[in-house]
Amino acid sequence: MLWACILLPQLALDAVLRRLPDPARPLALVGGPAQLRTLHAVNATAAAAGLRAGLRLTAAHALLPEVALVDHDAQAESRWQQFLAAWAYRHSSQVGAQWPGCLLLEVRASFGLLGPWPRIEARLREELTALGFSHRIAMAPTPRAAHVLAGLRDGLSVSNPAALRDLLDRVPVRRARLPGDAGERLHRMGLRDLRSVRALPADGLRRRFGAAVLDHLARLYGDADDALTLYRPPDRFDLRIELGYDVESHTPLLFPLRRMIGDLCTYLSIRDGGVQRFTLRLEHAIAHTDVDVGLLAAEREPALLFELTRSRLERVQLERPVVALRLIAQELPPFVPATRDLFDVRTQQNLPWPQLRERLRARLGDGAVHRVAPTCDPRPERAWRRVDADDGAVAPAPPRPPRPAWLLARPVPLRDARLRLVSGPERLESGWWDGADARRDYYVLETAQGQRAWAFAPPGEQGGWMLHGWFA
Amino acid sequence: MGGAIAIEALLATQTLWHAGRHAAIAADGEPTGHAALDALLPQRGWPRRALTELLLPADGVGELALLMPTLARFTQAGATVALIAPPYLPYAPAWQAAGVDLTHLQLIDAAARDALWAFEQCLRSGACAAVLGWPAQADAAALRRLQVAADSGACLGFALRDRRHADNPSPAALRLVHTRTGDGTGVWQVRKCRGGPAPVQAFAPGAC
Repeated sequence: MLWACILLPQLALDAVLRRLPDPARPLALVGGPAQLRTLHAVNATAAAAGLRAGLRLTAAHALLPEVALVDHDAQAESRWQQFLAAWAYRHSSQVGAQWPGCLLLEVRASFGLLGPWPRIEARLREELTALGFSHRIAMAPTPRAAHVLAGLRDGLSVSNPAALRDLLDRVPVRRARLPGDAGERLHRMGLRDLRSVRALPADGLRRRFGAAVLDHLARLYGDADDALTLYRPPDRFDLRIELGYDVESHTPLLFPLRRMIGDLCTYLSIRDGGVQRFTLRLEHAIAHTDVDVGLLAAEREPALLFELTRSRLERVQLERPVVALRLIAQELPPFVPATRDLFDVRTQQNLPWPQLRERLRARLGDGAVHRVAPTCDPRPERAWRRVDADDGAVAPAPPRPPRPAWLLARPVPLRDARLRLVSGPERLESGWWDGADARRDYYVLETAQGQRAWAFAPPGEQGGWMLHGWFA
Repeated sequence: MGGAIAIEALLATQTLWHAGRHAAIAADGEPTGHAALDALLPQRGWPRRALTELLLPADGVGELALLMPTLARFTQAGATVALIAPPYLPYAPAWQAAGVDLTHLQLIDAAARDALWAFEQCLRSGACAAVLGWPAQADAAALRRLQVAADSGACLGFALRDRRHADNPSPAALRLVHTRTGDGTGVWQVRKCRGGPAPVQAFAPGAC
């Protein structure tokens, strides 16, 4: 593996400067408590006038009265580091952002796609300059070595492990990013470079400086693995489009909606994910209306998602004009494409069942499409249940006497003067355990019209028929 | 003369019907599972890619028993069968006892207004092998749409309707009416079948 380290020496300052129209004006970031305001960072013009980090605010004003002051946001650095990690993710699948002020990219795997290292390096520099971040880049076989080399000289690159060891041996001990103040103490002990440090007996070094120094050296030279926490893109999608004018009907919303869905699907395909539930937020001048779109399975087909969202949107009454649209997807589960048989007999089918089901649910309601399954209860009204989920086979029911294919939701009186008894009775006496006690005699009857009815009567009687099903 | 069209071409495209001679109809129907009914139908089964109309005097006269072998075969093969807004609850144990694999039986609840739309969507999608619907209010135009949808989706559509619609013309490829013979047994009379004259003989489910 080859690691590139992008050192961002003035991340917080660059983040402020890149949004200013004239970055050459003297500027300083101010931090610290209100009584003791000190400069956190200064730009080049301010530095030329004698300002430097750590200076008291009053002293800075005395030196350069026209300096622009911006409050330093402690969170900004890590936020911008995450932003740049997302940018770096385009160039490498393994991006580390765990060390403050720098990014690590595994670049060897990207050679095949993006070309050799000089080309990648030029590309990184070009894009960072366009983004407005000053940077130093170095490449080495281990991430720590890349970090050290980037601190030594901008543009240093070593790909051969043996050459790396030679180079590292000559690194001044204070520049080797040893943990804590170990580098300074070693320097004061008269050790100038890493070669002499490594020549020391290991147990003596461990006793004086702790195991961290030895660990650092082993990882620096590649003798031990360096476990990096790799950057993962966030599992949510949030996009907002300001319309710039008031929209009071659905049709003008469809064009921006199509673009938002397209962006979402691009994002999903980059992440190799799908979306199962998302919210379209119609923002009004004061409040907002949420349109929830839920699917049974993860999808990322733009046309399908657009159709679904559109049909949900069209059922919403717009009571107030819409000024902005926002698409929020909180859950982005992995996308599992449906597998299809190569020799599928129904090749001409143009809409697979999951998509048809989503279309039906979008118009008819979330619970409209379902299945039924038998249960083990002997009472007919409880011998079946709804199945809303779409997976899982249906287990067979225990064998029973003949049952009607149609069941009435609740029994109704059957009034027919010319009923003919076909079979029966079948005594059903059950349900004492849950309070819904049932004692019935079921008969199969034939009506005057030739219908086969499944009706019950109180035990021992043949009258007062209650119709419960049809043998259709 | 550019307007003259050879009569053979018209006959070949079946736009012209030769009186007194039956057009050769391929026996490529979907077997109904009832040998006697297959023998009556010109395509030896349910017409494929078409709408079949079952006209009933009332619910529960054996309309599902007629369809059950077909539905059982489809679902056991893993194909989806959809019921659009059935008038009663399909009673799971009975359907399972008839051989239907309930894993592939999908029920779609819809109000009367949306049921036709759902029926057409299911037919047209091609995702279902058979779709059963109860279009009570459908007129000829709506049935025509269903017939076209069944054709484009290559699917078997079954429309179960009241018998009073029997006298109205219908674009369905096959129409079966449930009637009763003199001794009271229910039989299925073919009212119309595409590809041949309707057979005089009726199909009695219990007889075979």
